[in-house]
Amino acid sequence: MLEKALKGSRGYGIWVAFLLLLVAIGFFFYLRQLDYGLGITGMSRDVSWGLYIAQFTFLVGIAASAVMLVLPYYLHDFKAFGKITILGEFLAVSAVTMCITFVFVDLGQPGRAVNLLLYPSPRSVLFWDVIVLNGYLLLNIITGWTVLESDKKGIPPPTWVKPLIVLSIPWAVSIHTVTAFIYSGLPGRGFWLTAIMAPRFLASAFASGPALLILFCLILRRFARFDAGEKAIQTLAKIVAYALATSIFFVLVELFTVFYSQIPGHMQHLTYLFAGLDGHHTIARWMTVSAFTALTALVLLIIPRTRKNESLLALACIGVFLSLWIEKGLGLVVTGFVPSPLETITDYTPTGPEVAITIGVWALGLLMITLLYKIFISVRKE
Amino acid sequence: MKLYNRGMIIAGIVVFLIAATFPFWYGRGKAVSPPDLKLDTPAIQRLKKKLCVEPAPFMRSNHMKLLGAWRDGAVREGIRSYTAADGRVFQVSLTGTCLECHSNKKQFCDRCHDYSGAKPACWSCHIIPEEVR
Amino acid sequence: MAPTRREFLKKAGLSAVGLVLPFLPSLSLAQAGIPIAGSLSLAAPGRFQALKAKRWAMTVEPRKCRPGCTDCITACHLEHNVPDFGNPKDDVHWISLERVEHIFPAEAHPRLPESITKLPVPVLCNHCENPPCVRVCPTQATFKRADGIVMMDYHRCIGCRFCMAACPYGSRSMNYRDPRPFIRKINPAFPTRTKGVVEKCNFCEERLARGILPACVIACKDKALAFGDLEDPRSDVRFILDKGLSLRRRPELGTGPQVYYIL
Repeated sequence: MLEKALKGSRGYGIWVAFLLLLVAIGFFFYLRQLDYGLGITGMSRDVSWGLYIAQFTFLVGIAASAVMLVLPYYLHDFKAFGKITILGEFLAVSAVTMCITFVFVDLGQPGRAVNLLLYPSPRSVLFWDVIVLNGYLLLNIITGWTVLESDKKGIPPPTWVKPLIVLSIPWAVSIHTVTAFIYSGLPGRGFWLTAIMAPRFLASAFASGPALLILFCLILRRFARFDAGEKAIQTLAKIVAYALATSIFFVLVELFTVFYSQIPGHMQHLTYLFAGLDGHHTIARWMTVSAFTALTALVLLIIPRTRKNESLLALACIGVFLSLWIEKGLGLVVTGFVPSPLETITDYTPTGPEVAITIGVWALGLLMITLLYKIFISVRKE
Repeated sequence: MKLYNRGMIIAGIVVFLIAATFPFWYGRGKAVSPPDLKLDTPAIQRLKKKLCVEPAPFMRSNHMKLLGAWRDGAVREGIRSYTAADGRVFQVSLTGTCLECHSNKKQFCDRCHDYSGAKPACWSCHIIPEEVR
Repeated sequence: MAPTRREFLKKAGLSAVGLVLPFLPSLSLAQAGIPIAGSLSLAAPGRFQALKAKRWAMTVEPRKCRPGCTDCITACHLEHNVPDFGNPKDDVHWISLERVEHIFPAEAHPRLPESITKLPVPVLCNHCENPPCVRVCPTQATFKRADGIVMMDYHRCIGCRFCMAACPYGSRSMNYRDPRPFIRKINPAFPTRTKGVVEKCNFCEERLARGILPACVIACKDKALAFGDLEDPRSDVRFILDKGLSLRRRPELGTGPQVYYIL
């Protein structure tokens, strides 16, 4: 079926070529990073995780969102999602690949990455993250490909696929939870040391992932004449609405706990995040955008008339995606480091090469989605 | 089995064979002399018995294994003494023991490494005394 | 019937696996037992008598420091080839001076006297009894020795910086660049590090193995730093700790830091 990705319209070819160019540029800057060191990024002694890990954190959520299609269809026979579960699985494949690539690109000694396998450390959350991410990748590749192949042949999928698909549901929850545990088990980082870190990851994942899926469905309808169905899209939109509401609620309860208890150490992080601290305002400005975008999107998604209007729906989904990208990306990661354990505030600004590498990895993921969806569309047409 | 795209496949196999045998036919007739290792450092000349930590044939094949054991022993176990097979005791240290005698890295270590294409990463951290003196 | 392409590929794949399988056991053995000719032992060669302890610890009495002194930092960084990148972003340090209000946020308050608030206090890795950095390291490149020292294996570190996130004290530094050009004066008796690994104070374990105390302790002319075995009732640290109140950084986190401050 892979050969189906090689034939397409001119627009398809231009898009793929464009993505390949971005990947090549990103790769060029990565070679420079290998030569110079991670100092080519904006990371510092105080803010030791930046854009790369922020992307990884956000994308883990996107990857898990396939579950929002799979669960209703396979466990509850929600037929409207039947056509598009593969879209979710393929999105998961690209997103997890991006996650793994971002972690790899963030390593100071990537040549030693195999040490993760040679010296297993079960007490390290990162060890478990490697296992669950790769397992999830494998699961989705196998299930997505097999189901699509069966579709192509016009036969029902083999029986062994269903248990694997059902397994991917708790496994998706595990990739979030383990990634959240990377943050929420560190005693020295008060901003992250909250029990609801994992639930927050789940809520924002189930908002941002399906939002992206809706956007992909709208794009596929427009450019590939594939219609996911009004019911599927509207149900996804409702899922996004509920998940977004939950995500916003979780942020609000965090704000309550911190600001009602008035513990200075805890207040400092959230003040830096939303209002700025000691003249450091950059993150706060981004978060303001994120907050307004989220609330606007929520309103658009809740009101049936605006949700059913496709242009407004698209706008709302872009808003949800951007808002959560800010919040679960740099908002989450950088704020954990500010103030530092010695109470200094170090600003973090991504550098040009860092942004180029990041765009390169995103282009790689988008390329994977493009190729996989093209195969899907071509099979559908037969 | 019918061979589809016969032209492309045979062309591909030919290209592959050329590429895979490249190391053998590219350098034919051009012999590179084996590495000429210099053992005439002042420290070695001072030795009464010209013996390395272990006999030279063993070191030639196994010095990386020995260094690996030294590395893990010193860093992870705090082990700093090595008793050779013949009973001599050495301090476990690349710079401090090995390079004490073999202070001419360029005429000794590098000669074989360059010849065989080995690029040990040790030197990014472990100091070569002649380079910092 | 002639095999289909699919059957051919399946057979080829299985044959490839079958060819590789016999070699797998020898691959794992290569990792395990190392066939070397001699034997390694803990006893130091030659005349060195290593310093041993059940639990190494350090005491810091910053009131003894003369104003403007940075001898401990200079000695440590010189001894261990710690680079000076010249900018706060890439900064690498094993020991530094900080203010009481930043080191002891719980205990500090606005009415402390200037003699305390203006005091420069050395901070370094606390070599915790229950170190979060060791817990999170995915390759065990950082690990705790039986004598309490939290070690770094620079050969194994993959530079993921999880330990830097986990450390509640800001004791760790990442080599974001190649440190070699930025080492003012190389000490040939100690290796440097390379770019892409995290480093920190090692309680001078290489000096302890040679029977000498840490560089910072020896360099301090005011004897503000003491080092010894907590389990030895006659050690310097026990003597100092027995005198009165001592503080540790953020003890409520359960890390069990082993650097004790007497203010």
